[in-house]
Amino acid sequence: MPNYRYAIVVGASSGIGAEIVRQLAKQGCRVAAVARRADRLNGLASEFPTLVFPFEHDVTHYDEVPRLFQNITGQLGGLDLIIYAAGVMPAVGASEFDFAKDREMIDVNLLGAIAWLDQAAVRFQNTKSGSIVGIGSVAGDRGRVGQPVYNTSKAALATYLEALRNRLCRHGVKVVTIKPGPTATEMTAHLHSSGMMPASDVASFVIRKSGRTGEHYVKFTHRLAFFIIRHFPSWLFRKLSV
Amino acid sequence: MNLSNPVIDNPIMLPPEKIQRLVGYGLRQNGDGYLYRPTSVDEIRRVLDLARQSGRKVVLRGAGRSYGDANVGSECVIIDINRMNRVLSWDAQNGIIDCESGVTIEALWRTTIEDGYWPPVVSGTMYPTLGGALAMNIHGKNSFKVGTLGEQVIELDVLFPTGELLTLMPGDELFYAVVSSAGLLGIITRAKLKMKRIHSGNLKVLAVSCANWDEQFAVFNRYEHDADYLVSWIDCFGKGSGVGRGQIHAAWYVNEASQYPSSLWPDNQDLPDSIMGVFPKSSMWLILKQFNNRPGMRFINYAKHTASKLLGNGKEHEQSLVGFSFLLDYVPNWRKAYLPGGFIQYQSFVPREHAKEVFSQQIALQRDVKLESFLGVFKLHKPDKFLFSHAVDGYSLALDFKVTRKNWSRLEKLCHRMNDVVLQAGGRFYFAKDSTLRPSDVRAYLGEDALNRFRKFRAEHDPEGILSTDLARRLDLI
Repeated sequence: MPNYRYAIVVGASSGIGAEIVRQLAKQGCRVAAVARRADRLNGLASEFPTLVFPFEHDVTHYDEVPRLFQNITGQLGGLDLIIYAAGVMPAVGASEFDFAKDREMIDVNLLGAIAWLDQAAVRFQNTKSGSIVGIGSVAGDRGRVGQPVYNTSKAALATYLEALRNRLCRHGVKVVTIKPGPTATEMTAHLHSSGMMPASDVASFVIRKSGRTGEHYVKFTHRLAFFIIRHFPSWLFRKLSV
Repeated sequence: MNLSNPVIDNPIMLPPEKIQRLVGYGLRQNGDGYLYRPTSVDEIRRVLDLARQSGRKVVLRGAGRSYGDANVGSECVIIDINRMNRVLSWDAQNGIIDCESGVTIEALWRTTIEDGYWPPVVSGTMYPTLGGALAMNIHGKNSFKVGTLGEQVIELDVLFPTGELLTLMPGDELFYAVVSSAGLLGIITRAKLKMKRIHSGNLKVLAVSCANWDEQFAVFNRYEHDADYLVSWIDCFGKGSGVGRGQIHAAWYVNEASQYPSSLWPDNQDLPDSIMGVFPKSSMWLILKQFNNRPGMRFINYAKHTASKLLGNGKEHEQSLVGFSFLLDYVPNWRKAYLPGGFIQYQSFVPREHAKEVFSQQIALQRDVKLESFLGVFKLHKPDKFLFSHAVDGYSLALDFKVTRKNWSRLEKLCHRMNDVVLQAGGRFYFAKDSTLRPSDVRAYLGEDALNRFRKFRAEHDPEGILSTDLARRLDLI
């Protein structure tokens, strides 16, 4: 398990992000918990008053990011790890095309990630150290009928992270894409699915893999299933209605 | 807890591309800071203003040759003086050199040697800057004879965070505080030094193998009134009657018959880039790395001690000043052999009367926890009156310890136990070599009086407390 001293978790108020903050703090890491919902952040910080530092921020306020990033690293005392865990997946009907919902997904899941992780990339490129982790999704592996723009946002995030990885590996920086499958969080509550992974298990996997550059599926079965799904011919895939 | 507001907390942003990872010489401690490399006093003033406006502390850095965290400051503005490297004047008649503080010891000797002068005090590597060397007040293998570098200074220019630029001279109380203050009082921007007159670029060197501490002290006693340099290598793996075994080198300046000896040409001083003209030294660290573990170093120390008894024991030979002085530069990149964890150097200074007992105990403590130092260096010193002086009328033992993730907590405990032994004997420590002191250790060896005077100077000359380092924070100095 990597041993971090300073970390930023964006999207820390609930779900996988909040669990990551807890687990990093338990290891003694100083964590900046960044999210929109101040009450949730304060709750999290009160669990680890000396280690978790809450920062209220809406990831779609991109212009705030450079200054906030520098402010956070100053207050933490450094930075070894950044995890972008912010994400939205509004319920989308089978024949619904709602630009407001679509835009929100691109804004939060992709542009927010780029705004934050670009800052980390500049820093880590110079310091020749550090880990950048993005929480992608198996949903980004294929365009599916249920969530066209969620799929798009996660596919684009995976491509962006791959490009960062290719740019930064020569500087000793780790860039990690985690592709969880269905995880029990507030974001997925409306799906009413059974058999979801607990957020704490995914969080622990994220931390474990955060020092291993590359793309990681949480379960081997996911890796295998999505290997097959990715290679399904398009003409056949569209007949499956998945 | 209140949520932080970035607009209030961070009035101005620093350029993100200025951030760099800065590492101590031991490759263990590091910190990411905003690196500025000014070329003039005015530029330093501008950087100080920038730091103030951005709400950051300032850390001063020379060549980064302090082993621990004395040159590191996480999230601080770093002022690196390496580009202030002009020799302002060189008076070859009187041996007086006036330099900007980024001039290195290497630049000093290269400038002066062909006129028959050598820096009066040099460290084991030639790359420290004068500013850094004076901030830490370095000593050399002639410490017992000429004292520290600060004692060779004629005058200094120091820029204080208040913006005041003062010229300080020996006799000024502030001079004795700034030199040795580890960059926590002001920024040394210029230094004028008196160089040592020499008549050859070579030294006469006598090697003496010693079987234990008794022999070490006896040989030091024999030569301390006569030799110009004295240093001993200690095998920290020695046991029983062999504790303290090692090899002393005593050296003397020599006169050459020729008025213009070729040894005074800088090129003739350069260290060779291969061993015996065959094996390239650039790859040596890779071989060294294979031995850089307890059994490997036990073997190397044993082999070196055996060789010291069999080869050249008690014999004199000539050696270049550079070859004798700068052993740390002899194998390029040797520090990489300690990666990934790096190493710490632990140096303690103990009054004569307790030195043997303290150093014997230190070696026994190491052996108890199976963390023997891979290299020990033993020197003789004389006291001085600098505020944060490390010097004593006695001896020092410098120890290199490899650091790993597994051994760190044991190693730290070992160092703390060794600290206790040193403090009981009235010993001292040296910030340039420190990684493991505790605030209570510093209060014990420096004393409240010195710390109060330091605080008074800081209140006068750095009232905002802008100068900082990770070491200063660790030791509650600021």
